[in-house]
Amino acid sequence: MARTLRFREALREAMIEEMDRDERVFLMGEEVGHYQGAYKVSEGMLDRFGDKRVVDTPIAESGFAGIGVGAAMVGLRPIIEFMTWNFSAVAFDQILNNAAKVRQMSGGQFECPIVFRGPNASARQVGSQHSHAMEHFYATVPGLKVVAPAFPADAKGLLKTAIRDDNPVLVMESETLYAVKGDVPDGEHLVELGRAHVVRPGRDVTLVAYSRMTHVALEAATDLEKEGVSAEVVDLRSLRPLDEGTIVASVERTHRLVVVHEGWPYGGVGAEIADRVQRLAFDALDAPILRVTTLDVPMPYSAKLEQACMPQRDRVIDAVRRTLARGTN
Amino acid sequence: MPPTPDTTPGPPPTRASSDLDRLAELYRQMLLVRRVEEESARAYAEGKIGGFLHLYIGQEAVAVGALAALRPEDYVVTTYRDHGIALAKGMTPRALLAELFGKSTGCSRGLGGSMHMFDREHNMLGGYGIVGGHIPLAAGVAFASKYRADGRVTVCFFGEGAVSIGGFHEGLSLAALWKLPIVFICENNEYAMGTPLSRSMSVEDVSLKALGYGMDRDRFVVDDVLEVERRIGEAVKRAREESLPTLVEVRTYRFRGHSMSDPAKYRTPAELEERKQRDPLARARASLVQRGLDEQRVEALERSVEAEVADAVKFANESPEPTLADLEPTTYKGPFAY
Ligand SMILES: Cc1ncc(C[n+]2csc(CCOP(=O)(O)OP(=O)(O)O)c2C)c(N)n1
Repeated sequence: MARTLRFREALREAMIEEMDRDERVFLMGEEVGHYQGAYKVSEGMLDRFGDKRVVDTPIAESGFAGIGVGAAMVGLRPIIEFMTWNFSAVAFDQILNNAAKVRQMSGGQFECPIVFRGPNASARQVGSQHSHAMEHFYATVPGLKVVAPAFPADAKGLLKTAIRDDNPVLVMESETLYAVKGDVPDGEHLVELGRAHVVRPGRDVTLVAYSRMTHVALEAATDLEKEGVSAEVVDLRSLRPLDEGTIVASVERTHRLVVVHEGWPYGGVGAEIADRVQRLAFDALDAPILRVTTLDVPMPYSAKLEQACMPQRDRVIDAVRRTLARGTN
Repeated sequence: MPPTPDTTPGPPPTRASSDLDRLAELYRQMLLVRRVEEESARAYAEGKIGGFLHLYIGQEAVAVGALAALRPEDYVVTTYRDHGIALAKGMTPRALLAELFGKSTGCSRGLGGSMHMFDREHNMLGGYGIVGGHIPLAAGVAFASKYRADGRVTVCFFGEGAVSIGGFHEGLSLAALWKLPIVFICENNEYAMGTPLSRSMSVEDVSLKALGYGMDRDRFVVDDVLEVERRIGEAVKRAREESLPTLVEVRTYRFRGHSMSDPAKYRTPAELEERKQRDPLARARASLVQRGLDEQRVEALERSVEAEVADAVKFANESPEPTLADLEPTTYKGPFAY
């Protein structure tokens, strides 16, 4: 049996279930308690768990990210919510230098079982400082795990698994997905990290995407179908660890690959996938791998320009056509 | 001259005879730190230690006195100038020197090095290399103690150079807001690398920063290790019994450069000489003899420290190096996330 939940409700269920089963788990962040969550993800949780376990913080990302790391090192299991991942930039040092490194620096003596989560990438017209796709920065760091679900069921399952993981796990959500509905299985629902999901089978081209871009890729695939092009859509779900096996298997079937993600084209998750696929499936490729990304500029405010900068269905379709024609960027 | 402390010291403690044994033990620990550091400097010159090496020589009374006020289960977090603090928290000289030599028998298997001394058994939660970055982390350790009501206290050390960076302020602000059981000890050795206090702080009294956070504070000059133990002890008591943080500024001095590569040209030889005259280590020794511990017992104690250090150097020299196989398992718990 399954129920239909919104993305934010699925995340909330994950946190509530894990906090019910494990006293060590707590939620901390700006406006998570009394305000019920800046995006209402934690609505009702303060009432349920009290202010010991649902902790409102002042505006001090570096401070409370560091508090989380220290608490995790001595046995608690913090969930640290960033109001948005953009603001994690001022806590980057805590994540990069403390959360990701403490295990190795201590020769394996200390662990950091912590979850950092919040909405990531563009919202709607929030301008250059509030539209960052931060996963590219973090996925490059050994010691961290990064997930980016596209559907409520995966949001719940991945977050629950992340909370139980003994390593730092960064959960990238999306403001634009919080209201999206989807079926979520009843009962205990865990999704393993590092497992991509073929959400639409196809023959002619593989589209790899995650988070909101999975939905864009699916829209593109629906349109392409009308042109007689069968696109397979792989929803990554997890960026680090990366399920290269599923990607490679798909490319071996379709022989063409287009990666779709928000964030800039220089480096990043798409470039990483392109590197792996050319190494692991060189002979399977019939065309260069293409990437559809945010344009290489700070995100503008203008609605029209913002849309033009972001990966859109039409740009995905165009990339697919080019790869089918063996064209290049 | 160090400044006169602006907080009035309490009445002189009554010196019970057990005080003598106590002082002897603290002197032994201070000497151990001094000798380990001197051997480290030598090993560095011989190329056996690489990277940065920040010595604690001159500041021993801070770590030894402060940590004497703790229980074994209490936590300590500090900066890259961490050797003395790790030893005072109970790390063996063997584990410390082997770490400096980059050996697999080191406290962190040779993967951490001089700046990252961790010892789980002794609740030594590490030395950290980013100035101020460990201060919120330490507050988090104290947060966990309060969350679990485990009665433990966290002590967090940092230099006065850290007082200008955000992590210091965010850490103190949250610790005060949430009434965390922690003692922040600012080891004000007057220089942040080559920058003297006068060029880094608009207000020289670091302890005043506590006022803005409504936090208790203390401030004193480190001459007598027992006095350090007593004064820090008050802050530890406040943390343990009332779950309240304290900022303590201790005025101290490092006799060596910032790190091995620093010839310390920013201060005069006369200044250094004058400070060496006030060396808390020499003072502790003189005080021991003056209070009646006979010279022979002092020397026996010193010989035992020598032997311990020599053994540790030998151990570090003879230990094997870590291998590539140590890296993946220390990066992630469980399967490597590639
Ligand atoms: C954020 C950051 N900036 C700069 C440095 C380089 N650095 C290392 S130690 C140091 C001076 C710190 O002095 P202080 O805090 O007084 O401590 P001390 O070395 O005297 O113990 C600097 C600038 C650093 N490690 N981290």
